Amino acid sequence: MSVLALEKLKRRFGDDIIETHSNLGDDTAYVKTERLLEIAQFLKDDPELLFDMPIDNTAVDWWQRSEPRFEIIWHFYSTMKHQRIRLKVRVPEDNPVCASLTPLWPGLDWHERETWDMYGIRFTGHPNLKRVLMYEEFVGYPLRKDYPITKRQPLIEERLVRDVPTQRNPPPDMLNRP
Amino acid sequence: MRDEEIIHNEVLVTRKADAESWLRTTIEKMTQPGINWSRKYSLFNYPFVTACCGMEFMSVSGPRYDISQYGAEFPRFSPRQADLLWIVGTITQKQAPILRRVWEQMAEPKWAIAFGVCASTGGFYDNYCTVQGADRVIPIDVYIPGCPPRPEQILDGLRLLMDKIQVENGRVMV
Repeated sequence: MSVLALEKLKRRFGDDIIETHSNLGDDTAYVKTERLLEIAQFLKDDPELLFDMPIDNTAVDWWQRSEPRFEIIWHFYSTMKHQRIRLKVRVPEDNPVCASLTPLWPGLDWHERETWDMYGIRFTGHPNLKRVLMYEEFVGYPLRKDYPITKRQPLIEERLVRDVPTQRNPPPDMLNRP
Repeated sequence: MRDEEIIHNEVLVTRKADAESWLRTTIEKMTQPGINWSRKYSLFNYPFVTACCGMEFMSVSGPRYDISQYGAEFPRFSPRQADLLWIVGTITQKQAPILRRVWEQMAEPKWAIAFGVCASTGGFYDNYCTVQGADRVIPIDVYIPGCPPRPEQILDGLRLLMDKIQVENGRVMV
């Protein structure tokens, strides 16, 4: 039963489904970025599938490990057929753009805004694509692997506080010691 | 004639200032302990609760641990009516301007307690979005460690602040 969605997708869209796998009851379909909207529409409307509930949208940064760099992931659930499916697309670093699924599932609005906020992936067709967790003054995308992990961008000038010396944060005279 | 007048006035003014200063110090010496005593037993809280430490704050405000036994029972929901700011939880970079604004709205004399390890040092959130201690935004009087702190620790921290208020100086007439 759970493989039905993948079979139907493969029959209907053929080569536009790059890869599918089904592990421990989790069905995953890698699809072409250009056909994403049609495939999503099919998943939502097909009377045998009816994926009516968006669960999640997120991204993975495969920086220096795999090309194209970003993998965007959607999870859907069918409250009628009690099935789950996972859609994935890949977008390159120099043009991280893909279609927004918010017009189909309004519940994805903030999820896709968060993905934009954290990974800098532009969703075309999103009604209100702006940062949701970070502030507008923030420069860069903090969950990208090339963002320095402790780089902070304060909104107001911080008071001078003497840091407690630790091994990770040695006092200045310890740095000058030979 | 006019110059003499000015000099004369200056001497008088200086003596008056001296007298005022003497009066002020004497009054402060006599009244400061009493005023401090009344202040430390009537702290008006403003809980700035941003994270999970809030549960412990609720627990310590409730009847079992009973923060009101020290006279600090009354949470005010406007910083303009409060004189003790509890920073309960993680302060993010986005939250920092709000915290500073809340602090600046409070009337003197005022105190602040960093409640829990996140408000004290940033805790384990050494990342892109967390302020590494609320003392980078506003001055803090007492730091309470713990993740979250036990209610006994919180009462201990409050007692420390009360001891600090008792020995304070120079906040009577200024």
